[in-house]
Amino acid sequence: MCNGHAQARGIRRGISLSTAYALAPQLETKRRDAALEAATIARLAAWCGQFTPNVAPDSAGFCLLDVSGSLRLFGGIASIIGELRKGFSDLGFSTVIAAAPTARGAQLLARAGREIAIGTLQDLAAELGKLAVRTLDCTPATFATLRAVGVNTLADCLRLPRSGLARRCGQPLLDDLDRALGRLPDSRKFFVPPERFTARLELPSEVEHAEALLFAVRRLLVELSGFLAARAGGVQRITLGLLHGDAPDTNIAIGLSAPGRDVTRLSLLAGERLARVALKQPVRAITLRANEIVPLPGRSLGLFRDGNETDDRARLIERLRARLGPDAVHGIAVHPDHRPERAWCRCEPGATFTVHASSAPQSATSAAPRFSQTAALRKKRPASTASGNAFRPVWLLRKPRLLSENGGAPQFDGPLVLLSGPERLEAGWWDGADIARDYFIARAPGASLLWIYRERREPAGWYLHGVFG
Amino acid sequence: MSPLDSVLARPDIWRGDRLAAACRPGVPTGYAALDAELPGGGWPAGALTELLLDGEGIGEMQLLMPALARLSRSGRLIALIAPPHIPYAPALAAGLDLAQLMVVACAAFRETLWATRQVLRSGACGAVLAWLSPVKYTELRHLQLAAEEGRTVAALFRTTRAAAQASPAPLRLTLAPADGQLAIDIIKRHGPRLRTPLRIAVTRPISDPNVLDSLPLPAPAAGNISARSAIIR
Repeated sequence: MCNGHAQARGIRRGISLSTAYALAPQLETKRRDAALEAATIARLAAWCGQFTPNVAPDSAGFCLLDVSGSLRLFGGIASIIGELRKGFSDLGFSTVIAAAPTARGAQLLARAGREIAIGTLQDLAAELGKLAVRTLDCTPATFATLRAVGVNTLADCLRLPRSGLARRCGQPLLDDLDRALGRLPDSRKFFVPPERFTARLELPSEVEHAEALLFAVRRLLVELSGFLAARAGGVQRITLGLLHGDAPDTNIAIGLSAPGRDVTRLSLLAGERLARVALKQPVRAITLRANEIVPLPGRSLGLFRDGNETDDRARLIERLRARLGPDAVHGIAVHPDHRPERAWCRCEPGATFTVHASSAPQSATSAAPRFSQTAALRKKRPASTASGNAFRPVWLLRKPRLLSENGGAPQFDGPLVLLSGPERLEAGWWDGADIARDYFIARAPGASLLWIYRERREPAGWYLHGVFG
Repeated sequence: MSPLDSVLARPDIWRGDRLAAACRPGVPTGYAALDAELPGGGWPAGALTELLLDGEGIGEMQLLMPALARLSRSGRLIALIAPPHIPYAPALAAGLDLAQLMVVACAAFRETLWATRQVLRSGACGAVLAWLSPVKYTELRHLQLAAEEGRTVAALFRTTRAAAQASPAPLRLTLAPADGQLAIDIIKRHGPRLRTPLRIAVTRPISDPNVLDSLPLPAPAAGNISARSAIIR
């Protein structure tokens, strides 16, 4: 077998290796590996499963697809062939695709390099008739016999009397022709796809930059996507292995926020993850593994391609996480605690949950007020919803900032004017992180409103803790 | 209609003496006086809005809060990208639906820019608030193009020093404090320049500063809190 460049130099199947080198000195030859070929065909068969459940891989480098039940779903044979062709080119294979009413007929057409789609048995008989006898699988002796009687094409062969042909060339040849023409049933054993996905791709040359791997990774992702489509499943986690030869492999786990199998989405994520990987050793081969396959519900197609915002959201979050790290994207929630640092917590963005009161003793969550609230203040207090409090600042400093003092008065770009307070918060004795503070709302000279507190324990001092943005 | 009138009626043509007719309605700001001055009658969706202010704590977030509350209550995601401090849930829960809030922490400026672009392009968010302080024109241009792909309200917080620089954002506001209110000057919009800055009364924790100004400084000792002060829980 040789590629187009070699064929242009005159290299054909059957010529000796020395002749081939004479024709093309820079020729690269590889020994044919039957096991690898069979494994590759099996992988392609798994990928083809997205078009039909009836896929029969054949040892001779063929993959037979029974698409009779899928024509309507995919919009006709031409569109199936188009998708197959695009898919195989994405996977990095060159193919000859032929369609016919019989499996053997299609196989013979493909072997002869005839890329056509035939709908009826009559057309198939006419097309098959034009093929050379050499297309069939026969012993050299049979080919010699046929050539001796002047038979060059299948049409010549079919014109011969059946009894004579069976006697001279054997019943198998006759049966083979009958199967191709649809006169005999042709039963095939269909392929059963594996439970897990594992694929490996040898790189043509060593790669030193992780980003350059994306092209190769995409091929594996296309394969994964087809495999998943065949099983109506999705993955939430895939592992990309970078094989270095001598050094231990680099494994990169890629997580999705929701199970999926979209190649574009997966390759975007892989791209973001690869951009963060610093390779210590050049990469020789890559592997892709998906161990857990989750069933994905089918989705009916809309009349218009309307963007699904929830879906976009999941994609956005996983994309941001792939590059910025899993902790960089979070939501926030209210946590029932009087200590300002603990009155909030991180949560999954979009999570609709409320944190319920922890086991903290309720009686001690706040210091008992020494003075009851005055009626005037109670009236002035803005309405706070069940969970929201208008007396809290929009911004909380990550760490309280010590303010300088001038004669006991806190300073922040000048003296601060206290507008409201004190609000005494004294809580947390039960877990060791207790606080004793008096909070005030203060106005800075620049008219900013700040949330400051005075530490009531040693070392005393004024601290800035929040900003009313 | 004369040919000239039909040209002038196009949404992409605007005359210098009046507000342009926005091709898509904005998100109402919640302040009628401000809505009246903005093309589209609100914060533009699918375009950048620059909010220029010095310092913080003058009510800049409260200016956006009614629009953010409305968007979050209608189930749209609000993204805060590289906020200067922790967005404090107890305060935000008063207006927003916290389940719709997403905080993106970025370690470097490049990442902030990247994340903002991704969020704008995805179209998954109702509003994006980003804190990008020194940002170049070309970077803003990329963000503006990304914003045009979606219908997200994109507010960028910058310092007033940026007011002198050119910007591709179609709407630029400067914010300054003014007697407990917010003075807003629209320095760029599709329309004529504002004659006098707007005064917007945004929600503040203290509504009447005159009374509380006189609050005495508390004595340093813990037990000696003056009788006029009160404890607010």
